[in-house]
Amino acid sequence: MSIPSQDNAIQSGRLMRALIYTLLIFFVLYYLLPLWVMVSNSLKTLDEIHGGDMLAPPRAITFEPWKAAWSTTQVGVEATGLRPYFLNSILMVVPAVLISTFLGALNGYVLTKWSFRGANLVFGLMLLACFIPFQIVLIPMARILGMLGLAGTIPGLVMVHTVYGLGFTTLFFRNYYAAFPTELVRAAQIDGASFFQVFWRILVPSSGPIFVVTIIWQFTNVWNDFLFGASFSSYDSTPITVALNNLVNSSTGVKEYNVHFAGAILAALPTLVVYIVSGRYFVRGLMAGAVKG
Amino acid sequence: MRDRLQDWVPRIVLAPSFAAVLLFVYGFILYTGWLSMTNSRMLPNNDFIGLANYVKLFGLKHWNIALVNLAIFGTLYILISSVLGLFLAILLDQQIRNEGFIRTVYLYPMAISFIVTGVAWKWFLDPGIGLQNTMHKWGWESFEFTWIKDSDMAIYTIVIAAIWQSSGYVMAMFLAGLRGVDNEIIKAAQVDGASGVLIYRRIIIPMMRPVFLSAFVVLTHLAIKSYDLVVAMTGGGPGRATEMPATFMYSYTFTRNQMGVGASSAIIMLVMIFSIIIPYLYSEIRAGADRR
Repeated sequence: MSIPSQDNAIQSGRLMRALIYTLLIFFVLYYLLPLWVMVSNSLKTLDEIHGGDMLAPPRAITFEPWKAAWSTTQVGVEATGLRPYFLNSILMVVPAVLISTFLGALNGYVLTKWSFRGANLVFGLMLLACFIPFQIVLIPMARILGMLGLAGTIPGLVMVHTVYGLGFTTLFFRNYYAAFPTELVRAAQIDGASFFQVFWRILVPSSGPIFVVTIIWQFTNVWNDFLFGASFSSYDSTPITVALNNLVNSSTGVKEYNVHFAGAILAALPTLVVYIVSGRYFVRGLMAGAVKG
Repeated sequence: MRDRLQDWVPRIVLAPSFAAVLLFVYGFILYTGWLSMTNSRMLPNNDFIGLANYVKLFGLKHWNIALVNLAIFGTLYILISSVLGLFLAILLDQQIRNEGFIRTVYLYPMAISFIVTGVAWKWFLDPGIGLQNTMHKWGWESFEFTWIKDSDMAIYTIVIAAIWQSSGYVMAMFLAGLRGVDNEIIKAAQVDGASGVLIYRRIIIPMMRPVFLSAFVVLTHLAIKSYDLVVAMTGGGPGRATEMPATFMYSYTFTRNQMGVGASSAIIMLVMIFSIIIPYLYSEIRAGADRR
């Protein structure tokens, strides 16, 4: 993660610095607290959790809750663990991310290098689409998915996530390509390069960073989605977030907190790993999502 | 002929995406708008009843609870996240060792799902096994923290979890803003004898206005949409104590078979978000065009 550091001209005394570090460390602990609670308690037996101190490390580490969360715990009606739902999420995320990113790249290319009358209106409408509350599309989307025969299927979810990801992917590539020298594109055209040749040979090879930013952004959003998953999935297409919620909030049986925590970490793991490996690009996506223009 | 075709290729490439957005976003908004004026129950129908659903909606106690909760949640969430975000950004902007690590820790909650956040906080705040129980174990017998089970206080537990999730994001926005401040201005103020606190209060923080605006817009839009966190933490309960517009819409449309009322609540949510987003995007795009 690199927001470039600079020398801050304001000097502060030694006591002040001690205070600053104390506060910073306090907040490090605050942000880590829920993660610590989840990890530590996912390694405890249920008896130990009932008996005591949620903040303490496990007395004797057990991996049973993890095994249960992955493959044997009761989710909904079946005792399958979260594994099938984890796979559903992967099957949903991969195509949705790839298709929406690819279309976003093409759209950004057209909107910046082949601009036409009305291009700004087209972009404005696609940008505004990023911010709608998705409740507004639930009812008609349910009908359309039914008509297309995609209700409750993974391809249906892929379609939904692709469509509602287009606004952001187009935004990312449009802003990136706006800064790409148009002269290079014109020169290639004069040399006889076609629309697609320019795209594949000139723009794509220099788009590495924005592809990474967009893919991470889409991956995080689609993986973490709950609303569409809860609305449009059926038993064999339920994504992990919905399955986790079903596991934790089911009203029957003993509450296996340790299994819930292990399941929560499983659900968070893919996006956490992506964040830790390439946080810099993640932050860039967040910033681009907040500042437009 | 070939040239003509070449001229049309870009538009043909853009067309499917644009058509999809027109249909799946704007067409759907119109359709939901139409349904909100029909007598639809379990399934959509076309019996036009004018604005009766909206009249009914605002007469429902349930919806008014949701609006009050959104107001409480939104105000605290936006205010505290902004203040905390700015505060952390200022702390981090003091040439801190391990800044990269600290930033990574502050921001990681944004990478995880609200459902996961909800699970963690739900059990941590649970009086039976969480914080309260832990404090009792540590010897503080009189410690009491039962907000999540208390219908007057439960909404504040959602605020706590939501702030935990997004304040790091706001911190990153402010930090980027602080890094953009021209050091010459600060040096000039120091030459004039201004103290660090004064420089922040009078010079730097006022320069953060655009960041405040962006943070406000992002947080407001997240607040109005918040659904997952409520579902995971309280399911809208105890009773209806943490019901929000998003959970209201879902339950009226899909479990209570009042689709017309559900559609009208979705339209109200859209109006709330658009009344903030459209002026913001308009001014951002204008400013962007002026810069070029």
